[in-house]
Order: sequence, then structure tokens, then C-alpha cells
Amino acid sequence: MIIIDKIAGIYSLKSNRNKLVPWVVIVLLALVLLANDAHQNTIEAAQQVAEAIEDQAAAARTHVPAPKLTAADYPTVAGVNGRLVVWVVAQLHLWFAAFVLAVPIFVFIIEAIGMRTRDKRYDDMAYEFIKVSITAYSLTAILGGLLLFSLILFYPHLFTYLSTIFSETMLYYALLFFAESAVLYLYYYGWNWLQGGFRKWVHLTLGLMLNAVGTTLMLLANAWLTFMMSPAGVDPAGVFSGDSWAAIHNFLWNPINIHRFVANIAYGGSIVGAYAAFKFLTARNQQEKAHYDWMGYNANFIAICALLPLPFAGYYLAAEIYAYSQQMGITLMGGIFAWLFIIQAVLIGTLFLSANYYLWCGMGRSDGAKRYTKYIKYIAIVLVGSFLVWFTPHTLVLTNSELKSLGGPHHSILGPLGIMPAKNTAVNIMIIFTFLSFLFYRRSNKIATVSWEKTGNICQVALFSSGIANILFLGIYHGYFTNTVYKVAASIPQVVTTLVVIVGSLVLDSFIYRKSRDVGPLHWGRIPERAQYALFLLAVAFTWLMGLMGYIRSGIRQHWHVVDIMRDASAQAFTPTLGYAANVVSVAALLFLAMVIFVFWIAQVSSSKTLPAGYWKE
Amino acid sequence: MRKFVTVIAFMVVAIGLFAGYSNFGIPQIEPAPPPIEEKIDLGSMTMDQYVALGERLFNGKGTCKLCHNSLGRAPALDAISTNAQERLDDPRYEGEATNTEEYLIESLVSPSAFVVAGFGKKGTNDTESPMPDASSGSISFSQAELTAVIAYLQDNAGLEITVEIPSDLEPVIEDDEDEDAEPREAFTEIRDIVENFDCEACHTITEEAGDAGPKLSTIGAKRDRDYLRRALLNPNADIAEGFEEDLMPDDLGQQIYASELEILLDYLTALK
Repeated sequence: MIIIDKIAGIYSLKSNRNKLVPWVVIVLLALVLLANDAHQNTIEAAQQVAEAIEDQAAAARTHVPAPKLTAADYPTVAGVNGRLVVWVVAQLHLWFAAFVLAVPIFVFIIEAIGMRTRDKRYDDMAYEFIKVSITAYSLTAILGGLLLFSLILFYPHLFTYLSTIFSETMLYYALLFFAESAVLYLYYYGWNWLQGGFRKWVHLTLGLMLNAVGTTLMLLANAWLTFMMSPAGVDPAGVFSGDSWAAIHNFLWNPINIHRFVANIAYGGSIVGAYAAFKFLTARNQQEKAHYDWMGYNANFIAICALLPLPFAGYYLAAEIYAYSQQMGITLMGGIFAWLFIIQAVLIGTLFLSANYYLWCGMGRSDGAKRYTKYIKYIAIVLVGSFLVWFTPHTLVLTNSELKSLGGPHHSILGPLGIMPAKNTAVNIMIIFTFLSFLFYRRSNKIATVSWEKTGNICQVALFSSGIANILFLGIYHGYFTNTVYKVAASIPQVVTTLVVIVGSLVLDSFIYRKSRDVGPLHWGRIPERAQYALFLLAVAFTWLMGLMGYIRSGIRQHWHVVDIMRDASAQAFTPTLGYAANVVSVAALLFLAMVIFVFWIAQVSSSKTLPAGYWKE
Repeated sequence: MRKFVTVIAFMVVAIGLFAGYSNFGIPQIEPAPPPIEEKIDLGSMTMDQYVALGERLFNGKGTCKLCHNSLGRAPALDAISTNAQERLDDPRYEGEATNTEEYLIESLVSPSAFVVAGFGKKGTNDTESPMPDASSGSISFSQAELTAVIAYLQDNAGLEITVEIPSDLEPVIEDDEDEDAEPREAFTEIRDIVENFDCEACHTITEEAGDAGPKLSTIGAKRDRDYLRRALLNPNADIAEGFEEDLMPDDLGQQIYASELEILLDYLTALK
């Protein structure tokens, strides 16, 4: 301690400019204590390992294998199809959960931007976003309860098995739900109370806590579902080792976590975008129109920002599924679910076209946009072309005469468009051109003042051209000139190229437009009504796509509750056709959107006031 | 209110279009139902039937063909007559097999004993195979099933079949294409077989018909029975000159009964 005092004393003589001093002292203190305890720690660590092994062995003795079920083990309740109920309820719960987890993420960011810029519009918008999500939060909890009952009722043995493995996490989940509710209510109801100075910091901290708790909840729930896909912490018979962390941290946990986190933000953005669009369409004056136009623009911006990396997160998830189980991976991409990705192509095309269309319409807010409108048609052609490439199936289902005239199930030239190198090329080109739309939008109201503007623009063109050429080269080379094993090798360099183009272009553009002049004021509200339908389409396509991809994620388990460990012996264990799955997703999506409209309406009603004349005593 | 209704209608139409496309715009493939357990009388099986069982397991329950196909996801299995011994002699080989049969069994239950270069899990430098143990997990072949697959692999590669049909009666799980459907009667007339499997859509057999596949009117003079069996069950194994891969459906083995296959082979070998 004397040494520490001396060190502290020496540093105390120095100027207090060096704010690292306390940290240096703490680190040194920690090092001294660690050194003294090193030997002790080694012994203790060995004892702990021995105890952990003993604990796990004891736990293994107390757990039983996964039950082997028969069709009689699945209760029939009032003739209701149990799988259908669980499917629809789980999907509804997931949509709402995705929404209420995503909204606080960007509400926190928008509130922070408001604090930084001291622009109250951001604070008001953040408050309106969270107001929309507050009713959705109740619906999320109700649907979560309904899902729990459905599982207990229709799949009691599966639920019992999962709850023996995840008993601790289920307890923490319930407790965290209380914490989530408490923080959310404080955050929402305290919004106007916690304004200004230190109070605002307290409020922002509550927002951070809300996100921390919400994200933890999502991570726990993700552990349950990924355990069913890639079980860990259990032996081949399903006997739990007692190591909860192993069960949570299973092979597909993090890939799903990343994918859901990004997708939730995109989804949340699209839903509040639909809210803003609805409010825009029903606005009573120009001021309201301007406000909700601005809100819709921001929501669309959030959705696009999250949409751009989403294909990469999805690709990573698919690659990890393939790495975990080649069988599961091939079932996903090349087996009975392969045609689902053609439907996905339609949905992704809808998303990209809607988002771009909204941006193009939004350029009308600026008087300077006409400098760029001539390029829009070319972007549209590229987007549609890329969509068609993604849309092209590999193996065609043909009649005998068609087979004869084509000379095989694959077209000699268009066939390779059906495989991954072409799809990856198409999606990277779509992302780059969507970014280009955003860049034009960003530039539309600005006039650069730097002397090297022309050189900067040439560099931009060179960056885009070389990036696109590289992506095309990689796609064509790996698509047409390598064998199957190496066909996916193009994906990583293509993604890196896209990221380099986006980041490089953003940096370059920010320098070109530093100290730029505005063409004029932006005319918020000057956007055609049809643009709002692009926002609705974005929300609908996101909802439907999430439902479909949720089906495939769950469906690749095929006739297993827990892959390779607990078999689904129910009468509903079969994999349905894609048409059937699409119908279920459509019905669920309609239910969800009806509830969302209710949520929007409630948010509107809560701010309305009726003053009945003569009703109350004076 | 008008706008509210318009928005609702717009959303319903959008969802309707997505659903409509999924139902009518893409082929509705009926996935195979989950495999059901049924007892097969191994004792009364001929070796040809046992080989056919192995093939069904290879294409169905074992899901082997997902990877072991012409796309090159996993090593091809039609050349094991030559490469099995090469692998046993390879310094990287870590298993305990001493002959082709043992090597095949070991590859099924302990696939990482030897990983063919370029086919290992990413990052393992070909020391770990992505293939699962076929005797456990979702495949869970019984001993009788494993042996049936070995018999099929040996037959397919033109090797002498060294395995024997187990004499004890073990339950064998088979993929049932449609458990509610009545199994069809086996055809006994060659005309019915040719018509049922639509051979003449692509092949000329007795009279001018399809020309997408090779003419078969004198095929018996050119090819032997083993070649024709392989051409029927694994059409991409040998491609006739002037024709492309993947033209002939590769799922005939899943549809044709063993007795029908033999009638067809009798017929084709007699076309001289």
C-alpha cells in the first residue's frame, strides 16, 4: 500500500490535466493484487474446475433423456390444429416483439441526436415513436402469454423438456420482463418530467437501460429457439449436462442474434414509417403534413440503413447453418425450401424498389433535385435487372416437351443466374444503387463550394465503377468458370467491395460537401401521396418476409422438435407446401396489421380530447 | 375514412399478391412426409432387392444424395473401386479399415477417419468431415440399413458385393412417400413400365419417339446390363456423347420397383 501511496503521490504532483491518472493507479493496484493472489488463484481455479465437473456430473445424473413421443402424446383440444395455433401466435408475438425491441433502439439514438443538436423536433419525434410502441408493448406481452399457454397445451412434453434445460433462463426472462416494463414506463411517462440538463441525461440513461434489458430478453429467447436447431449442452440422447451457458451459447445463437438485431431495426423503421405515412395522409393542415413527412423520411432512413447490411447478416446466418449441419444447409438452400428463395426474391425486390421509390419521390422536397432526376431511370433499370437475376430459379420445373426443347432442366446461359454467385452479385449491385439513390437525395439540396468538386466527382464515379466492375467480375468468374465447391467463394470479396464503395463514397462526399451551401429550404410535406404507399408497401413486405423466413428457419428442423434429439411425432410433423405456408403467413400478417392499425388508432385517440358541452356540472 | 379504407385495401391487395404468387407462381412441391418405422422381411430378400433398399436409403432417409451428387458437394462415390485402396494407403488415413468394405462402413459411421482433400469442414485443413455419423442423429441407420447402403455403393461402383444380408430381422425405417396412399401394383409388362416412367418422351426405343436422350433401339448390342443399371439409377455417372448432364431424371431409383427394374433391364439388354 505504501508503494501505491507513493505512486499516487507522484502523480498527484502532476497537473490534473492527465485524467488517466486514477485509472493508471487502479490498474496498478489490480496488478499488484493479482500478482499476490496468482498462486492462490491457480489452486482455487483447479478446485473450481473439479467442482464444476462434479456439478455437471451431478446435474447429468438428475436429468433425463429427451422423451421419445408418439402421436398420442399431443393433446387434441376442441379439434383445433395445435401446430397452426402455435405457428400463428408465435409469429404474431415475434412481429410485435421485433417492433417493441427495435423502436427503443432508434428512439434512444434520435433522443441523443436531439440532445446533441438541441433541436426539439428530434425529441418530439422520439417521443411520438415510443408512444406508438407503448400499446404494442402490451400486445407483445399478451401474445407472449398466449404462446406460452399454446405450447403447454399442444406441446406439453416439448415444453417440459425445454423448461428443464432452460429453467434458469426462463426465471431470469420473467424477472427481466418486470425490469423491462418498469424502465419502459419510467422512460415513457417520465419523458416530459425528465427534461433539461442532468434530468435529460437521466432520461437518456433510462433509454440505454431499456435497450440493454430488451436486448437481453431477445438474446435469451433466441437461445431457446437456436437450441432447438443446434442443441448444445446435452448428450446425444438429450440428457442435459447442467451447463446452462453451453445450452445458451449453442452454434447458431450468435448468427441469429446478429440477424435479428439488424432485422428488428429495419422492421421497426418500416412500421413507424407506415405510421407516419398514415398520419401524413390524414393530416389536417400543412404543418402536420410537414411533420409527418419528416417523420416518414427518418423512419425510411432507419429502415434502409438496417436493410443494407441485412442480406450480409442473412448470408452469415445461412453459412453458419451450413457449417453446423451440411444436411440442414442443403435442405435450406438446395432442397425442398429452395423455391422459397424465389418468393424471397420477390419480397426483397419489393423492399428495395419501395425504399428507392420513396427516396426518388422525396427528392421533390428540394428545388435542386432536378440536377439528379435524370439518373433515376437508370437506377430503376439496374434495380429491376438485379431483381430479375435474383428472381431466376436454377432448376426449372418443366413438362417433357419443354424439357426436350430446352435440352435440360437448366437453361445454358440463364441457368447460372439461379445459383449463389449471381444472386450475390445482384444483391450487392442493388445495395450499391440504393446507396446511390440515397447519395443523390443527400446531394439534392446542396451546392458544393470546394474548388476540387469536379475531381471529387470523378473519384466518386471511379469508385463506383471499379466497385461494380469488381463485383461483376467476381460473380461471373465464380458463377461460370469454377465448380460448385468454389461458387460461394465470391461472396466475401463482393461484400467487402460493396462496403468499401459505401464507406469510401460517404467519406469522399462528406469532404466534397463540407461547408456546402443549401439550394434553398427543404419543403417538408411536398411529396406526392403515392409515395406514402411506398412506405406502406415497405411495412407489408417486411412483415410478410419476416413471416416467411421465420417459417423456413423453423421448417429446416423438419420432423424434429430438437434436431437429432427430440423427434416430432405429432400428426402435424410433416413439412407443408410453400403455398400452404404462404397462406398461414398471409393470414397472420393480416391479423398483425389489423392489430397495428388498432395501435395507431389508440395512439391517435390518446391525444384527442372531446369537450361535451353541458355534460359536466359547472 | 376514405383514405383509411384505401390504405387497408392496399395492404390486403399487397398481401394477396404475395400469397397468390406463392400459390400459383411457383411449383407446389409436396415434401416427403417424415420417415415411418416399418419392418422389412430381410430374410426373404434377394441381393438385388437388398441393393435396391440400399439405394432407397441412400436417396431417401440417409439424405446422402444431397451432397454425393454430380454437383460436387461431396466426393463422388462411383469410383470407390479404385480410390478406396488409395485412401487406405494415404499417410493421412487415421482409421482402422483394412479393405474396401470396412472403409465404406467406417466412412459412414466415422467420416472424419479420412477426409478427401478439399471436402473437409472450413478451417479444419481437411481433418474434420462435414458429414454426420450415419448411425446416429437424424439419420440413425440400423446395422441392416448400413449394410444395405454398402451393398448399393459396391454395386453402383461395379464392385463385387461383399456384404451379406443380415439374417436377423431388424426394423428398417423407410421413407414413405405418402402414408395414406395405397402402394401401387408392380407392373409386369414392359410396355406398362415404359409408359409409366415416360421413357419415350426422350428416348427412341422401338419406334421414333423422343430425341433428347440417346436412341435405345439397339442399346443391348452396345452396353451390358451393369452399365444400363447404372445409367438408369445414376444417369449422370456416364453421359453418352452428344448429350448433357442432368437431362434424365435421377430419381428413377426411388420410383421403380426392383422387379420392374429387372424387367426393364431384361428388355433393354435384348434390344440388339
